[in-house]
Amino acid sequence: MILQDAKTLLEVKGLHASVNGREILKGLDLTVRAGEVHAIMGPNGSGKSTFAKLLAGHPAYELIAGTVQFEGSDLFALTPDARAKAGLFLGFQYPVEIPGVANSQFLRLAYNTVMAGRGKDELDPLEFDDLVRERMKLLEMNPNFLDRSVNEGFSGGEKKRNEILQMALLEPTVALLDETDSGLDIDALRIVAQGVNSLLNKDNAVVLVTHYQRLLNYIVPDYVHVMEGGRIVKTGDRSLALELESRGYDWIVGAGADKAVTA
Amino acid sequence: MSAVIQNLVNQPYTAGFVTDIESETVAKGLSEDTIRLISTKKNEPQWLLDFRLDAYRHWLKMEEPQWPNVHYPKIDFQNISYYSAPKPKKLKTMDEVDPELLRTFEKLGVPMNERAKLAGVAVDVIFDSVSVATTYKAKLAEVGIIFCSISEAVQNHPELVKKYMGSVVPTGDNYYAALNSAVFTDGSFCFIPKGVKCPMELSTYFRINTQDSGQFERTLIVAEEGATVSYLEGCTAPKFDTNQLHAAVVELVALDDADIKYSTVQNWYAGDENGVGGIYNFVTKRGLCQGARSRISWTQVETGSAITWKYPSCVLIGDHSVGEFYSVALTNHRQQADTGTKMIHIGKHTRSTIVSKGISAGHSNNSYRGLVKIGANADGARNYSQCDSMLIGQSSGAHTFPYIQVQNPTAKVEHEASTSKIGEDQLFYFASRGIGAEEAVSMIINGFCKDVFQQLPMEFAVEATKLLGLKLEGSVG
Repeated sequence: MILQDAKTLLEVKGLHASVNGREILKGLDLTVRAGEVHAIMGPNGSGKSTFAKLLAGHPAYELIAGTVQFEGSDLFALTPDARAKAGLFLGFQYPVEIPGVANSQFLRLAYNTVMAGRGKDELDPLEFDDLVRERMKLLEMNPNFLDRSVNEGFSGGEKKRNEILQMALLEPTVALLDETDSGLDIDALRIVAQGVNSLLNKDNAVVLVTHYQRLLNYIVPDYVHVMEGGRIVKTGDRSLALELESRGYDWIVGAGADKAVTA
Repeated sequence: MSAVIQNLVNQPYTAGFVTDIESETVAKGLSEDTIRLISTKKNEPQWLLDFRLDAYRHWLKMEEPQWPNVHYPKIDFQNISYYSAPKPKKLKTMDEVDPELLRTFEKLGVPMNERAKLAGVAVDVIFDSVSVATTYKAKLAEVGIIFCSISEAVQNHPELVKKYMGSVVPTGDNYYAALNSAVFTDGSFCFIPKGVKCPMELSTYFRINTQDSGQFERTLIVAEEGATVSYLEGCTAPKFDTNQLHAAVVELVALDDADIKYSTVQNWYAGDENGVGGIYNFVTKRGLCQGARSRISWTQVETGSAITWKYPSCVLIGDHSVGEFYSVALTNHRQQADTGTKMIHIGKHTRSTIVSKGISAGHSNNSYRGLVKIGANADGARNYSQCDSMLIGQSSGAHTFPYIQVQNPTAKVEHEASTSKIGEDQLFYFASRGIGAEEAVSMIINGFCKDVFQQLPMEFAVEATKLLGLKLEGSVG
């Protein structure tokens, strides 16, 4: 929802970044305020995932120029784990498997580390068990999943639910969800989307990175941005996504249309 | 390869101090005269001298094994001192132990004195070659358990030593076992009589303190019918830039329904990051499940030594006997490990389990080598083996050499293996959830080794995780 006088949570200015020496982001600007849902769309290779990973601090992505203010502070001054503690969350497109580490153990360590970083109370295993089981209901997850190794042998849908479960536990201020809809069947998509919707409130914000507009039928964005060549080339509302679905990206990209418009 | 992982696995060796104690060391070199000298110094009976000389004559005819996947310059066996003892060495109570020595063990965190009582651990301490003190001997004697140095056992229980020593690892078994049989200077002896369950964990700490000295300890554990014992062994050594040889022999004998659990945390000095110095750890460990339904379980956490060459094995003779091997071997820098086990199934319905976890970092090489042999009469024998390797960085190596020989069609043998890697993406995943690299590596490695750590007695499990540079979450296990 777009609110009057909402606090700016994320302010991205003139962002340039490279991976393996190749420049992918070429002047990206974006402003996200509390309460908002943003969707970043665009063809493959336009830089959507790079943007998400750069913000979260993946070591392979290198900042060339530009600034990102997260709740008024320099995001890039923080290590990746400090960004998580500060309230930034990345939902991975391809979550890694961690054999031998029980999900319950991993989730509790993540929860306690992040909460300790925010000066909040840590939970003992029993207290945490209550919390995690309650949040799991939100995502219609099987309790046996707590005993399994992190993401190991998970189906695509289970991995994505696990990502949203982590978001539910860590209660981020800004969640970047990278292709959360990919690999989900229609039921899983609905459940994951419901999970995200239930976590939205007037103090946080979500940035959905997606290739298809189908997710946006379930999580309704306030702004839709189209990325091309490492920049946002068009910004609109929900109707832009629908238009993209029927017309593809070519009409924007080909026309060279509107120059970098920010929300 | 992130710098953080490098730092984590490259933590400096903290047990690398030399204790300044006057010691009595015989001149370097090996001959029948050296052996006679050792035997005389230890006031040994003739049969034991004969045992030593027989071994020495075998050894002279043997070749150093070339088959392990390890490389090192040829050892000059004449440049080693075969006997080194702290002076004075006759000790009756802990008060008589050199305080310097006690401080050494304090630095090592060895639970002696009151700490030993609290921990409920009886410790036999081998410093260089001589057993310094055995705690809790009296308490154990009440239930008929003999726990002392092998030298004392030779004096006080010669019939037991004579009966069992060499019965599992014969004098001519292999190159290093033969060498050990010729020159061993001390070690531990443990005898659990029929029907006795040892009321506490027994523990031995080995430490090599003298430069250019070899350590050849000999351990013999016998569990009679229905007896059970859990035995812990820890090893450290100071830093020297020369290599030191450690060639131990451990023999275990389990009679009907006996149960022996043998756990090792080995942290010998591994050499520096360029591979200078460190211990050559060439050890023969073997258990004989002689009786029906007996069980021998080896658990080892191998983190030290420049070279490790070690295959704790089980010979399963008794019907329904059980052999187990749980191993974590961590190598870093230029360390080389070629370690594994042998499970020899001879009796009917014998079972064995092998769980091996190898972690290689730096430029190290880590090999698992294991033999599962099912004899013709071992009807219904069963083996399960799992060998997992984890690579850290780009320059380390992991190898698996499984040997399986089955001569009985009713046997069932399973082998599983995997190789994984701690990568940037895993660490980033943890980081994005607020978890720093140190804790992430700790959790990943801990998860990887979980099946083995679960087998360790509590205090050793703690030491093991600490040794791997890990921090354990209080209740997570």
